[in-house]
Amino acid sequence: MSKLYTGAEIVFKCLEDQGVDFIFGYPGGAVLPIYDELKNHKSIKHILARHEQGAGHAAEGYARSSGKPGIVLVTSGPGATNVVTALTDAYMDSVPLVCISGQVPTHLIGTDAFQECDTTGITRPCTKHNWLVKDIKDLAKTIHKAFEVATTGRPGPVLVDIPKDIQFNKFSYSKLKKQKKINGKTHNFYTQTNIDELIKLIKKSKKPIIYSGGGVINSGLEASKLLREFVNATGFPITSTLQGLGAYPGDDSQFLGMLGMHGTYEANNAMHGCDLMINVGARFDDRITGKIDEFSPKSKKVHIDIDPSSINKNVKVDLAIVGDVASVLKNTIKKLKKQKPNFSNSNKSNISKWWEQIQKWRSINSLAYINSEESIKPQYAVQRLYELTKNKDTFITTEVGQHQMWAAQHYKFDKPNRWMTSGGLGTMGYGLPAAVGVQIANPNKLVIDIAGEASVLMTMQEMSTAVQYSLPIKIFILNNEYMGMVRQWQELLHDKNYSESYTAALPDFVKLAEAYGCVGIRAKTPEELDDKIIEMINTDRPVIFDCLVDKVENCFPMIPSGKPHNQMLLGPKDQKENKITGKGKTLV
Amino acid sequence: MSKARSAYSISGKKEKFDTHIIVVWVDNEAGVLARIAGLFSGRGYNIESLAVAEVDKKLNISRITIVTTGTPQVVNQIRLQLKKLVPVHNVADFKREDKRVIFKEMALLKIVGKNEKRDKALKACKKFNPVILDKTNKSFVIQITALRREIDKMIVDLKKFGLVSVSRTGAVAMTRGAEIFK
Repeated sequence: MSKLYTGAEIVFKCLEDQGVDFIFGYPGGAVLPIYDELKNHKSIKHILARHEQGAGHAAEGYARSSGKPGIVLVTSGPGATNVVTALTDAYMDSVPLVCISGQVPTHLIGTDAFQECDTTGITRPCTKHNWLVKDIKDLAKTIHKAFEVATTGRPGPVLVDIPKDIQFNKFSYSKLKKQKKINGKTHNFYTQTNIDELIKLIKKSKKPIIYSGGGVINSGLEASKLLREFVNATGFPITSTLQGLGAYPGDDSQFLGMLGMHGTYEANNAMHGCDLMINVGARFDDRITGKIDEFSPKSKKVHIDIDPSSINKNVKVDLAIVGDVASVLKNTIKKLKKQKPNFSNSNKSNISKWWEQIQKWRSINSLAYINSEESIKPQYAVQRLYELTKNKDTFITTEVGQHQMWAAQHYKFDKPNRWMTSGGLGTMGYGLPAAVGVQIANPNKLVIDIAGEASVLMTMQEMSTAVQYSLPIKIFILNNEYMGMVRQWQELLHDKNYSESYTAALPDFVKLAEAYGCVGIRAKTPEELDDKIIEMINTDRPVIFDCLVDKVENCFPMIPSGKPHNQMLLGPKDQKENKITGKGKTLV
Repeated sequence: MSKARSAYSISGKKEKFDTHIIVVWVDNEAGVLARIAGLFSGRGYNIESLAVAEVDKKLNISRITIVTTGTPQVVNQIRLQLKKLVPVHNVADFKREDKRVIFKEMALLKIVGKNEKRDKALKACKKFNPVILDKTNKSFVIQITALRREIDKMIVDLKKFGLVSVSRTGAVAMTRGAEIFK
């Protein structure tokens, strides 16, 4: 008879076998046996969050910046419900998380026991899959399967709910075996014919564009390399979604900037006017497409995605290539190089007119803003932050709102996994705990959360986590005292009725920093901004940077709701001539 | 601007809704039906009927037959989203008009009334293999098997003969000929 282990021991055996080195969590009654076991497993370090949502977002930050799954450990009832936001966020943005939750003992399930909730029921729609382990025999198998589900195909969160009695029960442990694909599901469904068709389209196109997304990042470092190679081999312009930033260097001349609602004029117009759109690992999100009936009306659309259900979900495509981005790109590049060894040069004349057109759009300089000498413009703050940190290998997280878009527009990323933002769910309060996770995964790197003062207050308690583990994260708050994006929409759509979007009685962020035991810095004028940013960078402790910015600056350019890509608002002047009226007001 | 639609809109054109029968093979485990039903409600798909039972005890497989309506795009999404669920082994999808597939539903009908009316009711059911499962001097319980719309019609027709209660199984499906669902 092989050695018997308790359920709690088996949990750690599984985590060790999976190569886990950090767990983000919060203890409670129903997970105490697991927490008790922690001391016997030195290779696994537990990071104590201050709220389970914070633990979840920290695990997301860890996962996104490291490429490994993030592990969350929470208790039953409120522990599980608190982590739901983070699970949903991870589900929307395809972040691999394995959440282990405690549950009341099996004999109490269904009795409305203390801290009982239907965890698997609640998390069913926000995980790829979840399990309630009712038999100790299934525990190891289930946890290993959970890792597999979380990390294969389109990644995402999973949850394993373990009743307390199961954590005490004993059973033998069988080592992780490489399992066959779940239910025989593989991920590359494309054929060589698909690739041939793609190459045919590439050769024919006069107005091509590559539109890359988070799938490239999720596919791994190799995919980013291949994407660069692909863009280079074709000579095509490339634009990126919010989640895809960093897969292609942001300062390269073939890069048109981000597309979508707050994307650049050149990127959106190129999407609208192209004759070939190659979607590489993106999902035609509504923030990208704008008005769907008028979305890129004249183009052949190619969609490369690992998730078959992404194909034709929002936009009908002409050629679907279901598979891992890296594998598809590799095949395509190989084939293209074989057929046309010097394609980007030989094809130059074919697309030169298109590039001329793009340069014209570019010359509009849609990210321009009117700078000021008195007040700090938020765009200026992000630009300065970029200039002063670009030579370090900097990791940026954000909250959600105007500051997020300004960060995406003005901070140029040249490597994948350096940009962590809540795109799909749009979770305010994501950035601070995510920065905690990013810093854990990248101990000696500069990690900055570009934040808004409203968002950051939602998970501010995680500063305490940063201080406890000496994580020198920098919280760079663009403080305009408004929920800026809400205010902007109210200005544009609701006749400047700023209903509840102003935060009165904000805390003094510098004093708050001191209260948490970290460093507070405040910048009030453009003049002192650089020095203060440098001071922040040089501080080897967590910093809350209160950057007082122009209170009423709007985020432009913008595709107003209900409008197609070629009808953008460019700035304050344009806004007056292009007012959003009628039905556009009702849209989100 | 008057023509503008939501940033969330899928298509400006009103597409025709088709009725589809979707057959799903799943692991027979706790919560699997909730996953399927939750996928439909969460994504706003319709369920017109749903029939489920274990079909392979050894492999622990249940077969779910769902009748749904939607545009071709939505039905395609349903199929692909179902396939993504971990306990789902296979998904088959057929239009109701598909001649290669047999769809049948069973109904239990309780008729209460005088002899004469009850006999008329039984007669009306004649086409649908009626079986009298229970008989008293006041009532009948009749079992019929038929298509959904035939049962719909029977329910209306039998009202006047004293139909007081109906229980239906929802449609189940099987391919014609030697072929089986793939």
